[in-house]
Amino acid sequence: MSVEALPRFRAENVRGMLRHGLITVVFCCFIAAALAITQHGDWGAQMVYSLSIGLISWLFIDVGRLLISGHREVLWPPGPWGYLLVAGGVAVGFLGGNAIGDAWTHQPLLDFGNFTERKLATTIVITLTATVCMCFFFYSLGRSKYMRSQLDLAQRNATEARLKLLETQLEPHMLFNTLANLRVLITADPPRAVAMLDRLNNYLRMTLSGSRALAHPLAAEFERLADYLELMSVRMGERLRYTLDLPDELRGTPVPPLLLQPLVENSIRHGLEPKVEGGAIDVRARQLDGRLIIEVSDTGVGLDAAQTSEGSGFGLEQVRERLATVYGDQGRMSLAAGPSGGTLATLSFPLQPRS
Amino acid sequence: MNPTALIAEDEPLLAQALKAELAAAWPQLQVLATAGDGRSAVREALRLLPQVLFFDIRMPGLDGLGAAAELADRWPVDEAPMPQLVFVTAYDEYAARAFETQAIDYVLKPVQPERLRKTVLRLQQAMATQQQQAKPAPAAADEALERTLAQWRELLAAAAGNGGSAPPAASTAPLKMIAASEAGGSTVRMVPIDEVLYFEAADKYIRVLTATHEYLIRTPLKQLLAQLDPEIFWQVHRAVVVRSSAIEAVHRDEAGKLHLDLRGRPEKIPVSRLYGHLFRAM
Repeated sequence: MSVEALPRFRAENVRGMLRHGLITVVFCCFIAAALAITQHGDWGAQMVYSLSIGLISWLFIDVGRLLISGHREVLWPPGPWGYLLVAGGVAVGFLGGNAIGDAWTHQPLLDFGNFTERKLATTIVITLTATVCMCFFFYSLGRSKYMRSQLDLAQRNATEARLKLLETQLEPHMLFNTLANLRVLITADPPRAVAMLDRLNNYLRMTLSGSRALAHPLAAEFERLADYLELMSVRMGERLRYTLDLPDELRGTPVPPLLLQPLVENSIRHGLEPKVEGGAIDVRARQLDGRLIIEVSDTGVGLDAAQTSEGSGFGLEQVRERLATVYGDQGRMSLAAGPSGGTLATLSFPLQPRS
Repeated sequence: MNPTALIAEDEPLLAQALKAELAAAWPQLQVLATAGDGRSAVREALRLLPQVLFFDIRMPGLDGLGAAAELADRWPVDEAPMPQLVFVTAYDEYAARAFETQAIDYVLKPVQPERLRKTVLRLQQAMATQQQQAKPAPAAADEALERTLAQWRELLAAAAGNGGSAPPAASTAPLKMIAASEAGGSTVRMVPIDEVLYFEAADKYIRVLTATHEYLIRTPLKQLLAQLDPEIFWQVHRAVVVRSSAIEAVHRDEAGKLHLDLRGRPEKIPVSRLYGHLFRAM
């Protein structure tokens, strides 16, 4: 992630700081009240000592933390700097606060000899404990806020990726051209129109729900390919020929849904559509040493010519990612020039997904 | 004489449908042929010289834009007036938006009778004015040709998605340096834009030519054009963009075609008929 320098004292940081200050004031009032009650001391003096120590510590630590790391996303100094800052805050607050308190109560300035041993220790312990507690409290508050914003960001990214995937699968150009063909068939050849509508129905249902299921039988995957290819062959007429070859014993093999779809789409869009005379697509599944091998070959314009056309990368990336998710390093995909021109894509992965 | 048309559409059912819809909306119109790809569309158009062209934008081989650009150059203007051009598209986000904003006529697939009737009406009007003005004098014919060419230019620019004659205000800042590879080498050179005399789109590359060197880049011409200052670099051909201040002379050959001489380059640069208006003597 790029680290962008933000202004240290931007509005949201200052707001956060003031909120901390307010909480500190309330907290200090509680301490002063507790001390005044337990030690039967002077309310006003306790309040001045407590508030002075607390507010100076707060100012020192909060301004310090923004100076050190206000320009970053996590508003807390890394490593030992954080501890040093708290220690500094305690020391400065203790000395400064006591000085103000002493001035207020007209006592000799910072004359700790005047205190009994126990009183000095109590003041130090209270300052230290209170500061550390407050810092930890604010730190966790800030941290959880940061985590929440990171989570939001991740969710937004995921949604965007899903939208992009959907847009590629429901490619508008394909959809509208299919509808245009359907419109013609409705009057010219109603039975064929009904068949085409059924295919479109299957295709849409699969595309819209497919990404949610984890696996389906290879036979179902081939049926969806047939839907898509049949739709395309209505559109392309004689320019598209295809064969689907699935041995019976492999029909039940579970595969991630729509795994093959992007490969066939690429074959059509980047291989056959640009070619004037069209061509053929062959999809074959076979078994080899406990692995499933699926080949998608076409007689299109070939990898070299297709590389310049945009958009093929996303589909292939999808296939690679899904293979990696389900089969780890056991899933492989290769792309090569076909034996008779065109492109040959080969997937190879274990018959059973890893447990 | 009945008006004539040519349909270029790679999907057979859709070509058939457009033909049927046209028969209803414009019964006199005679569709001379339908072509299934850009190259054969150009060939058939030059053979049949129709008055109206319906071109699908996405076609195999040569796309609709390429076919139109080629036709603009090769059309025999002495034999027949330049035809009216209508683009047909299923879904091309950018093109459709450009067409819409510039009120340029186009037909969306699936073709709807209502919408097609409007296009037919506009075509009929355009052809009527063309005929009136073509008759009296050759000067008027030239003017009519220039008007049709201007229309084609707008149409092609809109369909290519770069906004036609009025480029979008929020275009990217002009390019200052070009990272290009040397022809045949693996080194990337930083070429100052001020040294570039012209760009020429070759097969998969754009050749970048300075007075002394030739470099290659892979950016599509359309994308490059958006980053060039249109005052400084002029597109003179579908595949060529030249530095306007480097143009030394413009020649017209016997066939009426224009060529440019550039200061600092020996080549003759062809000028497409579509961009000929840039070089009319003042």
